[in-house]
Amino acid sequence: MTEHRVSYTLDSTLETVDSAEQAAGKVATEAGFDEDEVMRISMAVREAAVNAVLHGNAYDPGKKVSLVLERTAVDLVITIRDQGKGLDMSKIPDPLAPENLLKTSGRGIFLIRSFMDEVQIHPSQTGTEIKLIKHVHGPSEGGKEASQ
Amino acid sequence: MSMKVSTRQVDGVTIVDCSGRITLGEGSVMLKDTVRELLSKGQKRILLNLGDVNYIDSSGIGELVSAFTTVRNQGGELKLLNLTKKVHDLLQITKLYTVFDVKDEEAAAVKSFA
Repeated sequence: MTEHRVSYTLDSTLETVDSAEQAAGKVATEAGFDEDEVMRISMAVREAAVNAVLHGNAYDPGKKVSLVLERTAVDLVITIRDQGKGLDMSKIPDPLAPENLLKTSGRGIFLIRSFMDEVQIHPSQTGTEIKLIKHVHGPSEGGKEASQ
Repeated sequence: MSMKVSTRQVDGVTIVDCSGRITLGEGSVMLKDTVRELLSKGQKRILLNLGDVNYIDSSGIGELVSAFTTVRNQGGELKLLNLTKKVHDLLQITKLYTVFDVKDEEAAAVKSFA
């Protein structure tokens, strides 16, 4: 059951990245997460918003970013969708591999997965949707992530 | 809060005092421009004081890596000083903590430059 839901349609700008981060921080604080967890959640959302604005919509003023924040009794669920060509998951390198450690990019998805309890990535030809889930009462015994 | 940078010289080492956020956009650009300017002036011993940096995103991490490799490729050294817990933890999980030369005491850090 959704207890609280708020949605935004945002331009493909850097301001959107800041707005998404701030909105996530506010909802996470209201959900009762401590300061460190709020920081992790808001950073994960920031990274997802960066991907949507830069890599998905490529700053195209004609394309929008959808941000939905939902709070249920057990989860905080944040969904970000862009209108790009769809993220190619096979092209995301492992940023912890020795040959990639000194690369200047490619850490966004890794950080998102590190900070959230579940991450679902749904790329399609009309855009990429990424769903970030944080359990309100701590992580379950299940898998860390479920991406496709 | 955006990023603020000031530089000072101590025994041949340029200490860059950073505060605020190193994130995509202004913060990352400011760090890049600062390091580029120092290198153009021949200042290749650089100590980045991150004691007042409370937030770095993946773009900021990338800019730190870029600064590190750029300085090294020009025969210099770039070290990090006074990491906050948040930045320390970020460098740990990205396995960059052992890539950077991280110091926690300024005088010792200055002396450590060859």
